[in-house]
Amino acid sequence: MYDAIIIGGGPAGTTAAIYLQRFKKKVLLIMKDMGALGKTAHIDNYYGFIDTITGPDLLNRGIEQAKRLGVEVLEDEVLSIDNFPDFKVKTINGEYTSKTLMMATGKTQTRLKAKNFNNFVGKGISYCAICDGFIYRNKKIGLVGNKEFMEEELEILKNFSEDITIFTNGMDLSVKVDKPVVLDEIQEIKGNEVINQLVAGDKTYDVDVLFMAVGSPSATDFALRLGAFLDASNNLVVDDQFMTNIPGMFAGGDCIGGLLQIVKSTSDGAHAAIAMNRYLKNMNK
Amino acid sequence: MSVKVTTETFKAEVLESNVPVIVDFWAQWCRPCLMLAPVLEEIASDLDGKVKVAKVNVDEEGYLAQQYRISSIPTVLLFENGELKQQVIGLMRKEDLIKRLGL
Repeated sequence: MYDAIIIGGGPAGTTAAIYLQRFKKKVLLIMKDMGALGKTAHIDNYYGFIDTITGPDLLNRGIEQAKRLGVEVLEDEVLSIDNFPDFKVKTINGEYTSKTLMMATGKTQTRLKAKNFNNFVGKGISYCAICDGFIYRNKKIGLVGNKEFMEEELEILKNFSEDITIFTNGMDLSVKVDKPVVLDEIQEIKGNEVINQLVAGDKTYDVDVLFMAVGSPSATDFALRLGAFLDASNNLVVDDQFMTNIPGMFAGGDCIGGLLQIVKSTSDGAHAAIAMNRYLKNMNK
Repeated sequence: MSVKVTTETFKAEVLESNVPVIVDFWAQWCRPCLMLAPVLEEIASDLDGKVKVAKVNVDEEGYLAQQYRISSIPTVLLFENGELKQQVIGLMRKEDLIKRLGL
């Protein structure tokens, strides 16, 4: 049992891990990749670096610093989180439990470029199989995705319908599935009030619903499944202690919105860690 | 306090109500729905006498869910004088929901 699991190895998550480690908490940092900062080639506005530093270089320094201080760093991808009453975090390779959790997964939103996509979100396009699958019992289900996250959603959807088609939207399929697969890119969503067809690779498919599970789950995806508040821009809503409406679940960095800058993310990380430390203290009373 | 509504009572409780009615389509297995419940109870008590909050369990009332083309839950509908005025999908904070419903 960890005191804290931090999801995301960017500046917010790593800073929080460093602070918590220094509070002598048992911390696990789970990171998948380098996120938005990993794609940044020039950083000239961050304090203390005389020469230009690249995003990957800064990230690696942060991770090495955390490791030196004793933080356990795991390179893995989180697939699902449950919270009764402790947090149970399932990754591709394992399962971990913790008393508190911090989401620092950055900002990723999976929207398709397909025509009419935005018009059908909530009207047959769903981001959560466990939330909406039941509504589509024995209906024609389309599922968009290409890896483990899609596989996870597929297992849930199989409880509701046999008629499931996987759409990889032009991406390679990296897991094995026992349902029909369409590899073409989705060009258009069709329907009146709700979705009833989609066009992929010049072919038309009948679907009653399209579930989205593209790439890896984002903070928004976890929030939907756990029942955490999101704002109008799909950012996680946190209070002044950086805690979401789910007790023990904190968040910081780009996934809570605001200034999308390293300096703000490190600040979030420090604030969240201090609040988590306090939360853990009160838990033991 | 919210009221539970069924296919049988929908007309009297919602369509013929003399105050606007917020109808929450929910289910026990839907985590965001469970988190939205206290938000709606707060709205019910804040706007007591001005707005009614009604709850439809989509598992029990498949007909109503289908009738209003509920495709994602939670979905919240606002009825005024028997007419559907607003539709809001997803879990949100009280102030965001009130704003989206135009209350």
